[in-house]
Amino acid sequence: MPDPEILIKASGLTKRFGEFTAVDGIDFELRRGEAFGFLGPNGAGKSSTMRMIGCVSPPSGGELRILGMDPVRQGPAIRARLGVVPQEDALDVELSVRENLLIYGRYFGLPRSVIAERTARLLDFVQLTDRAGSQVEPLSGGMKRRLTIARSLINEPEILLLDEPTTGLDPQARHVVWDRLFRLKQQGVTLVLTTHYMDEAEQLCDRLVVMDSGKIAAEGSPRELIETYSTPEVLELRFDIAEHDQAAEKVADAPSERIEVLADRILLYVPDGDAALAAVRGLGLEPLTSLVRRSTLEDVFLRLTGRRLEDG
Amino acid sequence: MTASVLPGARPTVGGSWDMAVRAFRWWLVNYRRTWRGTAFSSVLNPVLYLGAMGVGLGSLVDKHGTASLGGISYLAFLAPGLMAAAAMQTAVGESAYPVFTAVKWQHTYQAAASTPLRPADIYHGHLLFTTMRLAMNAAVFLGIMAAFGAVSSPWALAAVPVAVLTGLAFAVPIDGFAVTRKKNGQSFDLIFRFGMIPLFLFSGTFFPVTQLPAWIRPLAYITPLWHGVALCRSLSLGTADLAGAIGHLAYLTGLVLIALLLGQRAYRWRLYV
Repeated sequence: MPDPEILIKASGLTKRFGEFTAVDGIDFELRRGEAFGFLGPNGAGKSSTMRMIGCVSPPSGGELRILGMDPVRQGPAIRARLGVVPQEDALDVELSVRENLLIYGRYFGLPRSVIAERTARLLDFVQLTDRAGSQVEPLSGGMKRRLTIARSLINEPEILLLDEPTTGLDPQARHVVWDRLFRLKQQGVTLVLTTHYMDEAEQLCDRLVVMDSGKIAAEGSPRELIETYSTPEVLELRFDIAEHDQAAEKVADAPSERIEVLADRILLYVPDGDAALAAVRGLGLEPLTSLVRRSTLEDVFLRLTGRRLEDG
Repeated sequence: MTASVLPGARPTVGGSWDMAVRAFRWWLVNYRRTWRGTAFSSVLNPVLYLGAMGVGLGSLVDKHGTASLGGISYLAFLAPGLMAAAAMQTAVGESAYPVFTAVKWQHTYQAAASTPLRPADIYHGHLLFTTMRLAMNAAVFLGIMAAFGAVSSPWALAAVPVAVLTGLAFAVPIDGFAVTRKKNGQSFDLIFRFGMIPLFLFSGTFFPVTQLPAWIRPLAYITPLWHGVALCRSLSLGTADLAGAIGHLAYLTGLVLIALLLGQRAYRWRLYV
């Protein structure tokens, strides 16, 4: 008897496009009510995974069960219970905000009266009530994204899939979207999202997997991942470009758990950043700038893959 | 979101017809904004063609005798042929760029595919809309034909569904082809230039195919437009015979069904990546 609290179960899930393996045998489970994230750079296989969950991409191998059903044979029945926020909004830009929700709700076979009632509630939720009659085209990127979120909720989905929900938005619009997603999470909606922003993953995800080259490199809550794969603090040092390489060699003499030498900075992974900075100065090194900060998922990713998230 | 307790508030997965109608609604909602332009051209085109070619050119043709047309006026010969040819044009216009735009630029199809709709439902929905447009245009065409006095038989009413079927023999394959295009619409220009225009000119619309050199005639007989033109014409003139009509209908229907199977695969290939 499968556990009804496990909404998605994948084992050895694989997606190949010809010779290229986009998703390379990943295992994960999604539990009811959690916010689950796929963190990784572009091309890590996040969107391919998302499309398989969305039942619009048949797996090339492995097992995938969604809401206890088979995505290949029971795609329509599964999709009836999913909400999807795709990377590109795919709104009907020539129609009005309200018409977008109406046409989409009709795809799900919902009666007009139900759609009308939900439209009022959803537009209020995404703060677009005063735009209900406006054409979509001139709306800002943030508004369009919020409308896409409202649209994805029209069928009151059991799982909401969000592919890069804030990519391309300005910082202020991102925060509005995060706020709305956080509220959904608090209302008990199960969220699955992909992102290559570590701050997004930290803010929204209860649990996440770090993906790289189609594989899962690590899994856990943001806090667990940071505790397991990084140190409490990071000392970032920036030297004059001419001295950068030389300084990188010398800094190795200062006590640290790990050193990452980036093109423009040197990162020291340490329990105490200020103490480490004092030790660096004790070696006769004087950085142009120094910064002591807490470890983030970015550091986890760097540790696991040797690359930065934004490098892709 | 709190669960709604309204009746019928749960999403449903219906049968093929129900799902196709859901997809059809998208085209209908969009057509509500653009119908005026298409209504204008669906009236203007027949008036211009029947006026210039049927009446204008026709008066010259008729002076030299129309024995090779079966002794009827050129207008009466031309009009039902044009009706079938206009259906082809409507079909190509509704199938090529609108489908390409929906799948390539606006991602309307991808948005629909993330709902209970299957690729085939999305395809069928667009074909329903095309059928509606073909029926509208063919009905208008027949009305204008009648106003020009170019209808000889009440059987001409049956030419409307035949024109729709002729249009579908183009829409069904072109729709399926358009959805597979990934780069740009250049291949559509080839269809227009080397497909539609030669068909328009040489499928018996303007002169009987028997005027063509014997070796090229079989080429005309395999085109769907020739079958549509021939059947529409025999209905409008009241000269249709059962065996001939069944032959034309069977050919067109067979073509539509084969193209439908291929088109369903094309939609699936494009939307389930």
